[in-house]
Amino acid sequence: MAAAHEKARCKTDGVIAGLVPAIPDRDGRDKPGHDQVGTATSFAPVTRNAVVALIDLANPTRFVALVERVLPWLVAATLMAFAFGLWGTYQAPDDYQQGATVKIMFIHVPNAWLSMFVWGMMSAAALGTLVWRHPLADVAAKCAAPLGAAFTFLALVTGSLWGRPMWGTYWVWDARLTSVLVLFIMYLAVIALWRTVDDPTRAGRAAAILTLVGAINLPIIKFSVEWWNTLHQPASVFRMGGPTIDRSLLVPLAVMAIAFTLLFVSLHLAAMRNEILRRRVRTLMLTQAERAA
Amino acid sequence: MDLGPHAGFIVGAYIMATAVVGALVVWVTADHAAQKRALTELERRGITRRSAESRPLKMKEPA
Amino acid sequence: MTALSALFVRDARIAIRIGGGAMMGVLFFLTVVTLVPFAIGPDLALLRRIGPAILWLGALLSSLLALDRLFANDHEDGSLDLILMARLPLELVVAAKALAHWVTTGLPLVVVSPILGLFLNLEPTALSATGLTLLIGTPALTFIGVIGAALATALRRGGLLLPVLVLPLTVPVLIFGVAATNAAVAGPVPFDTPFTILCALTLMSGVIGPFAAAATLRYGME
Repeated sequence: MAAAHEKARCKTDGVIAGLVPAIPDRDGRDKPGHDQVGTATSFAPVTRNAVVALIDLANPTRFVALVERVLPWLVAATLMAFAFGLWGTYQAPDDYQQGATVKIMFIHVPNAWLSMFVWGMMSAAALGTLVWRHPLADVAAKCAAPLGAAFTFLALVTGSLWGRPMWGTYWVWDARLTSVLVLFIMYLAVIALWRTVDDPTRAGRAAAILTLVGAINLPIIKFSVEWWNTLHQPASVFRMGGPTIDRSLLVPLAVMAIAFTLLFVSLHLAAMRNEILRRRVRTLMLTQAERAA
Repeated sequence: MDLGPHAGFIVGAYIMATAVVGALVVWVTADHAAQKRALTELERRGITRRSAESRPLKMKEPA
Repeated sequence: MTALSALFVRDARIAIRIGGGAMMGVLFFLTVVTLVPFAIGPDLALLRRIGPAILWLGALLSSLLALDRLFANDHEDGSLDLILMARLPLELVVAAKALAHWVTTGLPLVVVSPILGLFLNLEPTALSATGLTLLIGTPALTFIGVIGAALATALRRGGLLLPVLVLPLTVPVLIFGVAATNAAVAGPVPFDTPFTILCALTLMSGVIGPFAAAATLRYGME
């Protein structure tokens, strides 16, 4: 029984071991230069330890421990960033055309960026699941989906509230708004897919495929304002000639973007930790049911 | 602070953002508490992971 | 807690848990409403005119989506047989299950419909009228759908039959639901006339549906 367990574990370990120079064990035998696999030791010890440390995170227990250590700092950084950002939005001058409603931009734009960025991150995680079989990739993808959906929702709602005074309508079916709405629906679809399949590994693979297919929406969103005649304004920050927004508005925008990104990272890491714990509970309950049988 | 004629929309947007962010934070925190509760309950009933019982985690070294 | 209320709570809990049944209906509703402007173009004036109809069609199709789950799960694990053998009146059992189904799948559609109405550029009168007619009309859709669900469960290959059976029966509800909404927005027909007929349809289906479904389950099981 123990031998079978050992064998099963070694099979998966073999996958990971085949990808990395070496994974240290709990005794901490990860001194630089201690070559456990015959790979090139031309890595400087620092980078090698960094790579090893990153791959080490694949171990869920260590990941949880790391999150517990790092999370308070991240939360503090997020709160500080929001404090600066909100002060910046308070200070920001009124736009000569839009007046004070430009302050909605400081929420709308970061959330719009994040909604696309999170799907991009989920696509990378999907590759991690399907191609490299990274143990935590599907956990990362599963936890990112509700957060991405929330950010997309906020982008849509704040955009709608901004559009009502500016364009006279809450909604219009132009290319940019429609493609973001489709992105929102896809987020909800991925979340629904996760909830439909019981086994996390199978669900992860299905969701990974759906995520990669849906990634085609990202360039459509980004370039929609250029390819089609839309009501939504064209790109004014990330464009070829540099930003066209005045610095007095650009700086608070950047700070709020950083704040929302830090918020996402904090929430994501915390959610990943919760998900790992949840899977542990599930495994234990399955073991208990097995033993009782 | 004078928010102009469209103050309602601006305030509404910020309230919406606070509500959504707040809901996310509450969800993550409550979920954490629930999982911890479940784990302590299982531990109390004596159901632990096999690696927590016995030897420390060890990776098999290739021959 | 009486047996019927226990059954109601059980069904409601299962519907919320498995596979996001409540969420699926809303998601499908949202998708359908999003698809329509792709098909007929983004003309906001046109969308405003046919908005109530789009919302009603979307709600109807979304209600249809989760209907087969009403009896299928119980049939698979044998609880349906137990329910049939129990001393509870089968009609009341069906009514309780249908009510639980409406609360978890139909009611979310009603709640979401004003937001989707905003996508279709509906004015506030239309938004509230659509919400109200959907609130009264979706139970009718569920009770009529129960008949089809029972038939689909009783007949082994009945699954594909369900929409074909249910949709023609729901046509009156659809007609009067949209008519009431349009009456509230434009007139000249007063809102009351189609609305009271809609209420009557719901009440009738609340009786006929469970009776027909119970009869099907009792005598029609293969």
